[in-house]
Amino acid sequence: MIEWIESVLGLTIQVGTVYLLASLGEIYAERSGVLNLGLEGIMVMGAALSFIFTLAYGHLVAILVSVVTGILMSLILAVMAVYMRLNQTVTGLALTMLGLGLSGFLASPEVRKVMLLALNPLLPESLLAIQEAPKLPEIHVPLLSGIPIIGCFFRQNVLVYVSYIAAPLMWFILFKTRPGLSLRSVGENPAAADAMGINVFRVRCVATMISGGFAGLAGAYLFLGFQPFWREGLTAGKGFIALSLVILSTWNPLRAILGAYLFGGVEVIQYRLQLFGLGALSPYLLTMLPYLVAIAALVAVSIESVRKRIGVPASLGIPYSREE
Amino acid sequence: MEKLVELRGIVKRFPGVVANDRVDFELRRGEVHALLGENGAGKTTLMNILYGLYKPDEGEIYVRGKRVELRSPRDAISLGIGMVHQNFRLVESHTVLENIILGLREDGLRIDFEKHRRRIIELSERYGWKIDPMARIWQLSAGEKQQVELLKILYRGAEILILDEPTSVLTVQETRRLFEALRRMAREGKGIIFITHKLNEVMEVSDRVTVMRRGRVVITKETRETTKAELANYMIGRPIVFGQKKASAQLGAVVLKVIDLKVLGDRGYPAVNGVSLEVRRGEILGIAGVSGNGQVELAEAIAGLRKPLAGRILLNGVDATGMDAGKMIELGVAYIPPEGNKLGIVPGFRVVDNLFLKAYRYPPYSNKLLLNWGKMLEKARELIEEFGIVTPSALSRASSLSGGNIQRLILARELSGIIGGIPRLIVAAYPTKGLDIGATEFVHDLLLRYKEMGSGIIFISEDLEELLLLSDRIAVMSGGRIRGVLAREEADAEKIGLLMSEAVVQAG
Repeated sequence: MIEWIESVLGLTIQVGTVYLLASLGEIYAERSGVLNLGLEGIMVMGAALSFIFTLAYGHLVAILVSVVTGILMSLILAVMAVYMRLNQTVTGLALTMLGLGLSGFLASPEVRKVMLLALNPLLPESLLAIQEAPKLPEIHVPLLSGIPIIGCFFRQNVLVYVSYIAAPLMWFILFKTRPGLSLRSVGENPAAADAMGINVFRVRCVATMISGGFAGLAGAYLFLGFQPFWREGLTAGKGFIALSLVILSTWNPLRAILGAYLFGGVEVIQYRLQLFGLGALSPYLLTMLPYLVAIAALVAVSIESVRKRIGVPASLGIPYSREE
Repeated sequence: MEKLVELRGIVKRFPGVVANDRVDFELRRGEVHALLGENGAGKTTLMNILYGLYKPDEGEIYVRGKRVELRSPRDAISLGIGMVHQNFRLVESHTVLENIILGLREDGLRIDFEKHRRRIIELSERYGWKIDPMARIWQLSAGEKQQVELLKILYRGAEILILDEPTSVLTVQETRRLFEALRRMAREGKGIIFITHKLNEVMEVSDRVTVMRRGRVVITKETRETTKAELANYMIGRPIVFGQKKASAQLGAVVLKVIDLKVLGDRGYPAVNGVSLEVRRGEILGIAGVSGNGQVELAEAIAGLRKPLAGRILLNGVDATGMDAGKMIELGVAYIPPEGNKLGIVPGFRVVDNLFLKAYRYPPYSNKLLLNWGKMLEKARELIEEFGIVTPSALSRASSLSGGNIQRLILARELSGIIGGIPRLIVAAYPTKGLDIGATEFVHDLLLRYKEMGSGIIFISEDLEELLLLSDRIAVMSGGRIRGVLAREEADAEKIGLLMSEAVVQAG
């Protein structure tokens, strides 16, 4: 029994980390007033690039490339949505489509081969055609990993540990420091922040780039830490689930931990139920579960009275300009 | 006496207008200096220049005798200049403390909440304010929010304070408290610039007054050497008549009866909490109170724009509870919404389209299928003439109109009776807010004219002067309830203010 719990819990953490990393960054963007709907596209780009760069240069470089790519992609969004004041929904979705298309192109066998040879001409022929990359190794924390049940928290790869540290740290920055206060104020009432001498555009731009960086990291983790077999569009809507998780967490990094593992748990249990044969009804019904929760969250947040009660950043999605 | 600020020959042009035309202005240490003028006279533009929000096209700015250049509010703040904008610039969901220290570059990264809390309490006690630094802004009254705005400035050690129409959201008592605090600040050696268009306030609080008209300074005078009438003359360039202009009219049958009405607000809580009232033919019922106390929700419920939660609305004895806006219009209800330029027109539509937003579906302006543009244009030109709407043509976009003309357009649509006869009930929510004296007089006269013709009128306003001027009875609203109804003869600012604030005590 304990073994069964441990395996479910361990998997829950592994799945949940994808959502946690992605939503942590998104919380910052949305707290500053920018809705980054490009999450899905940035994640899938991060996954594709981490695939290619792991084969060429190894894990560390691959992760860095994914993060930097995420930052650059979100910079496109920042320029369009913050400085040019275009519609955030449209630009964000455009970014997602760009990522989905571009990642599929870059990781397709032919293009990948050319890229790999260009990156590292010494690469053995056998690596040029494979569809998978080495998974990130698990690191067992001495002593802690030996504890029954919760020990599985400490038998994870490095990016999971990064998420453990990032969530409380980002909560602290957001609620206890000056930059965090500026960021929250900009998302609530940019005119007030502007009047107090805060550069609204710069804060929003930086927050958007942070969300991009984390989305890139989430993509790299999804591929290298969870399922290192490439297929096109492997994020399968996980970016959108992360977006709804941001809402469920009411824009709080600590609550995002719970939410992420909740979504992770739902997904894992759904696999397990299928194994038990319960899914014989229709496996699709169960696969649908996380998406169903995501849609419910998105519907809820679009209801005006709910919005006000759960504390949506008041200027979320609204471009700022001084003249209006 | 030391000059804190001196502006010399300030010129600021916007496309098509000269907002400030060679303006000279001076602020001394220890004075409250009123800056008086109508809307669009250039007061706010001038102060935005002093606060670094706008760059002047010409002219020089001296602060404490030194020539300065202000590129942003940050520059102004570092020179000890602070500004309280007309619309509060506060983050509603944050605490008082968070709002005050926002943008402060004092201690390190981490915020020392305890230190700031103590200092904020100390500072607010100095001016006789009781503010809890940990309270959230949305929990505060308008007067307290303003105190937070002032604290924000004082906390940064500002000694040049600019207040843009600071009393527009305050009750009489709150205004008095504000004036006391301002006097104390002046005694401490600060300089205060007080932007207003209310003559009473100039007389009450200021040491000197500068009057602006059409972008120019008309005169600067010691307040005690001038009178209200003289200032009004400077301000609008012609004498105005003070006093009541009540039209006498016979009160007729009851037009509207509201019984124990409850209405939900946007936040999902009851904004109107058991209101009962009655309006007769030929009567103006004024509704006083600080805005945001359920007035708009009440008006919207009567206009059919918001479904009541409980209670009844009777129009001419007919139960109209829960009817939609279309039905209400047919029953003869005219609604003049607050913030006309946002809620009252479709800015991208032409003037004629906006005039016929209601009437287009009735003959002779349309039959069952087609619109009759010829008839509409003809009538539109008549209305433009009758209501004095200044527009290049009936085919211009409504968004190109000024605020006063947008309000005239709305009034023309709502009151002209293009659908069968004059309205039985007029619900006017803040119809003069943001209008200058000329446009305000027009609205007042119009309402009185319809009163004489026998319409029942609900007149919601924050301006006690105009409420006392027009209303037959005044209902004081606060916290979603009517706290008292005063006949005009017994009503004065003092009593109304008391009714407002009593309720505040009860509520909080």
